[in-house]
Amino acid sequence: MGKLPLRARLATTIGGAAGRMSRLAGRGDGSVIGGVIGLRVEPDLLALLAAGRRVVLVTGTNGKTTTTRLITAALGVLGQEIASNAFGANMEAGLTAALGQAPEAPLAVLETDEKYLPTVLAATRARVVALLNLSRDQMDRAAEIWMVARRWREALASATNCTVVANADDPLIAWAAAAAPDVIWVAAGQRWHEDSWCCPQCGSHLSRDELGWRCGECEFTRPPARWVLDGSSVIDSTGRVHEVSLSLPGQANRSNAVIALAVSEVFGVEPAQALARLRDVASVAGRYTQVERHGRQVRLLLAKNPAGWLEAFDVLDEPPVPVLLSVNAREPDGRDTSWLWDVDYRVLRGRPVFVAGERGLDLAVRLEADQVPFELVEGVDDAVDRVSGGRLDVIANYTAFQQIRVFLGRAA
Amino acid sequence: MAAGPPPAGGTYARNSPGPSALRLVWVYPDLLSTYGDRGNLLVLERRARLRGIDVESVLVNADQPVPRQGDIYLMGGGEDLPQILAARRLRADGGLAAAAEGGAVVFAVCAGYQLLGTEFGGEEGQPVPGLEILNIRSVRGQRRGVGEILADVSPALGVPRLTGFENHQGVTELGPGVAALAKVVTGVGNGDGTEGACAGRMIGTYLHGPVLVRNPGLADLLLTWTAGPLPALRAGDEEWTQRLREQRLAAVPAGSA
Repeated sequence: MGKLPLRARLATTIGGAAGRMSRLAGRGDGSVIGGVIGLRVEPDLLALLAAGRRVVLVTGTNGKTTTTRLITAALGVLGQEIASNAFGANMEAGLTAALGQAPEAPLAVLETDEKYLPTVLAATRARVVALLNLSRDQMDRAAEIWMVARRWREALASATNCTVVANADDPLIAWAAAAAPDVIWVAAGQRWHEDSWCCPQCGSHLSRDELGWRCGECEFTRPPARWVLDGSSVIDSTGRVHEVSLSLPGQANRSNAVIALAVSEVFGVEPAQALARLRDVASVAGRYTQVERHGRQVRLLLAKNPAGWLEAFDVLDEPPVPVLLSVNAREPDGRDTSWLWDVDYRVLRGRPVFVAGERGLDLAVRLEADQVPFELVEGVDDAVDRVSGGRLDVIANYTAFQQIRVFLGRAA
Repeated sequence: MAAGPPPAGGTYARNSPGPSALRLVWVYPDLLSTYGDRGNLLVLERRARLRGIDVESVLVNADQPVPRQGDIYLMGGGEDLPQILAARRLRADGGLAAAAEGGAVVFAVCAGYQLLGTEFGGEEGQPVPGLEILNIRSVRGQRRGVGEILADVSPALGVPRLTGFENHQGVTELGPGVAALAKVVTGVGNGDGTEGACAGRMIGTYLHGPVLVRNPGLADLLLTWTAGPLPALRAGDEEWTQRLREQRLAAVPAGSA
């Protein structure tokens, strides 16, 4: 930290102290408060702390926290210290705190909120930006996604000495990244199509086939990819094929993993070496955690938006393993539950479905419309007690997920 | 019917393709379906079928012609750029205007509501020509109205208090020949204490997304306009809807308009 100006050193020290005090006081993991205070003392603190390091920014609607974790794991091959906001504090203060806590780390892997990418990119002069996907999410407080893509495009167009690793299968991502000087395209897949039926460039209908998507009217089409995820195997940039076997479940995590491989390669990490590290990641900030409760195995899945629900359905155990759905609509969830109608729940037919959460009635009406039989329950214990078999999957949105984690943590 | 709009080429989700089926037309789900707009189609389908009415739903993408023979046309919300594109395409196509002129029911939400009018505000606030089938004019307001909204429906329509969520920056002025759909109790609506618009068999509203889910009375009004008087549903078929409706009405403080 010797090279930082005095004011930045002071800001980091004060911020670090505040973070430690916050943790001691049991007021959270201290990953934000230090950054908030530090930035108040020195508004350029993020830029000053990032200077001279090789920074990776990870953004998109879904998979940010997991992909940040996977990239950090893969870069572990290099044997260097890595600064990272591993718990998802992804706005300026969280990033600042993560860098402040690892002042000597030459590498940083930073999850970045979609809205803040242009600001954070300018401040950190990132070496790599990873763009995962863009879809509707908490629209009562987030910007509209076409607008987000447009702002990314403007910011990335002038990003020199920056390699963008972008998911070519997501048309909005492709449009945002196409303006950047240096792009590595990854065919990482796209399950959720509802926000990209139209060309981001001209608005005409996009057609899709096995090879990707193309606009019916203008020339915009899926860019040719250097990395291709095909089922559970990946073709790397040199044409070699690797099996993507992970401890994390589901196709969405294979997509995240392939992005992590492409990012790691920029830093000289071979895919085979990186893959071995990715397999060690088994749960990310409580997601995919399995907990025993009253003799049943309860597995926790987080789904914050319609695309996230599709991903969660993909990793459910086969019927008749029952599932509990729990939905809240607090500030961090988005106050508006309209998105429930963008999720196709018919895939849940044929298994017991329990419904809970502060907005359980919204879910009840939604399931009724999809002719999915369900039972309204008081909470996770109520569902556990009604389950006859040994397993229960739980899908919950943000604060509902946190409530269940805290409850099961305390109860256990 | 898949979770999304049909693949290119368009599919007709024919459930009962008889000539007497109620034809629901969802206009441009690929451009105008920002947040749960499918809910309105699903609620109309369900409430019609529970009364023994056959339903045929047609999803029309922005690269397809809008059929002129539908009974109820639905339009959802959208961001600024998709809204402008939708207006341009619908003006060129002419199908929706022709259907409305022929007496079809039109139910439009948020961006869809605005683009029925003479003009609306574009992404920089510039005026953009609308379809001119409803005499309203919208501009971009000073700030975004986001939150739960309550509104009392014009008594002539016989629909109980509306509950919904709004998320828009539009201010809408109603011209001659157009009545407000409702009077705002809590929330923003059109910006002058009124909410939405009604003229003939056309209704527009700022209650966004799946507004008919919490307002089955409004859904039944649209069905009545095409299918005539409807029998009441069995209590068991209304239970979850009524419980949700009561919870939302109780959760929102009245009178903070």
